[in-house]
Amino acid sequence: MRRVMNVAPGRGSRWLLALLPFVLIALAYNFASAQRHAANPDDKVLPTASAMVDAMQRATQPDRRSGERVFWSDTAISLKRLGLGLAISIVIGLVLGMLIGLLPVAGATLSPLMAVVSMIPPMAILPILFIAFGLDELSKVVLIVIGVAPCLVRDLALKIGQLPSEQLIKAQTLGASTWQVMLRVALPQAMPRLIESLRLMLGPAFLFLISAEAISADAGLGYRIFLVRRYLAMDTILPYVAWITLLAFVADLLLVQLSRRAFPWAHLERRA
Amino acid sequence: MSAIRVRKVWVEYGAQIVLEKLHLDIAAGDFVAIVGPSGCGKTTFLRLLLGQERPTRGALLLDGEAMPNEPDADRGIVFQRYSVFPHLTVLGNVLLGSELQGAPLLARLFGARRRERIAAARALLEEVGLGEHLHKYPSQLSGGMQQRLALAQALITRPKVLLLDEPFGALDPGIRAEIHVVLKRLWKETGVTIVMVTHDLREAFSLATRVVVFDRYRKRKEERTRYGATITQNIEVRKRDTGASLDAQNQLGRDDPATGERLGRDDLASAQQ
Repeated sequence: MRRVMNVAPGRGSRWLLALLPFVLIALAYNFASAQRHAANPDDKVLPTASAMVDAMQRATQPDRRSGERVFWSDTAISLKRLGLGLAISIVIGLVLGMLIGLLPVAGATLSPLMAVVSMIPPMAILPILFIAFGLDELSKVVLIVIGVAPCLVRDLALKIGQLPSEQLIKAQTLGASTWQVMLRVALPQAMPRLIESLRLMLGPAFLFLISAEAISADAGLGYRIFLVRRYLAMDTILPYVAWITLLAFVADLLLVQLSRRAFPWAHLERRA
Repeated sequence: MSAIRVRKVWVEYGAQIVLEKLHLDIAAGDFVAIVGPSGCGKTTFLRLLLGQERPTRGALLLDGEAMPNEPDADRGIVFQRYSVFPHLTVLGNVLLGSELQGAPLLARLFGARRRERIAAARALLEEVGLGEHLHKYPSQLSGGMQQRLALAQALITRPKVLLLDEPFGALDPGIRAEIHVVLKRLWKETGVTIVMVTHDLREAFSLATRVVVFDRYRKRKEERTRYGATITQNIEVRKRDTGASLDAQNQLGRDDPATGERLGRDDLASAQQ
């Protein structure tokens, strides 16, 4: 009998094993939902699958008054806020990360500031953002930037600071200026790490987005969830949550693929 | 071809003296090997030549002019590790020098200039035996191939001086012998002045025109910080042009009783590392 730690699943059974927990959760949910509906046919807490499909069909049809397909317009506006926030964070992360990581003077000036700023709880300054930037799009994007950018800056600065000094010397002996070292040595080697940290920051980014939308918005996935909560509309909330999860999951997959395609050298097995 | 002159150079870290009274002339096109026990400032000396470190006193001259105190394109380097860029292919690594020097803003070449540099890079890579690996990344190469790549990368921009910091220390003996042949040929062809730090005496004596030994005259424990290492022997092994060994008196080999003991100890020291 082999030790359990030495038993590895094959290709096919790996898929089965991965699906198993999902299937079990779905079965458990359906069972619990059926139980509750048997006791009370009007139960709203655990809606049946068909009720959720109905709710989603309503949400994807044009609204009677505004003519909007609420589900899609919510998705579009949330992704726009998220994308804008992440894009600005990436730019800030790359610029400051490179400066702090590569230039000792910039590091001495900015890295203590970044260490402090990254400790500010973004949710605690949300009221300040609402007061300073108003209640519309800007404050939501700024919240994402404030939550995500300092972490990216610190992570990239760390990565660039860890580049072997031999590499930086070598580039100089090939005639590189500071700018050229940034462009051809530091930036390309920071990119895979940027994607890694972006993947880790997707969760927090969604958290900030939903929070800001919950508190003040007139559209968006987070806004919708918190709106229909008043009517105990679990048949809308649950599919929305599943949809947000799926969006984050797909974004994560895309980032992995992007990294593999664009930076194949970062995914090679190291030889001795 | 460029000459290096080292004039009464001292290196001190606070109260600790690392190198003292260094005085050395390296003729243009020489191949100098620097040997000596660990902790005798060999690498510090190389860092001086590289511009990574400044002498506390004294002067370093390259072709009669003071060396700039930061690394530049006049002085190429190959380290034991991390000499090539992991994010560039073999060809990309060799092209990089030309791109950096040819395009200050973008550090990339285009069109005819790029094709011309690619042709030159291919020719050089062919010569160091990497002609079939142009599009591989360094992590896909063996240690010996990586160092050959590093040599090609450093030499394609025609530096005046090539500095080697124990470049082959991590390689197997057979691979080392192969790469010695490559290095010797490149040195002859380019006429570059080479300074190599090594632990391997056989390597030093078989490659170099001049072997310089760094050691301390005062070795007692309480003297160690106040007296630095210096050049204790400066042996001309062979003439550059002919490549032939000099007469027996100058050619201090491993069996020579005068140096055997001292140098033998160094071999042990390196074996223990």
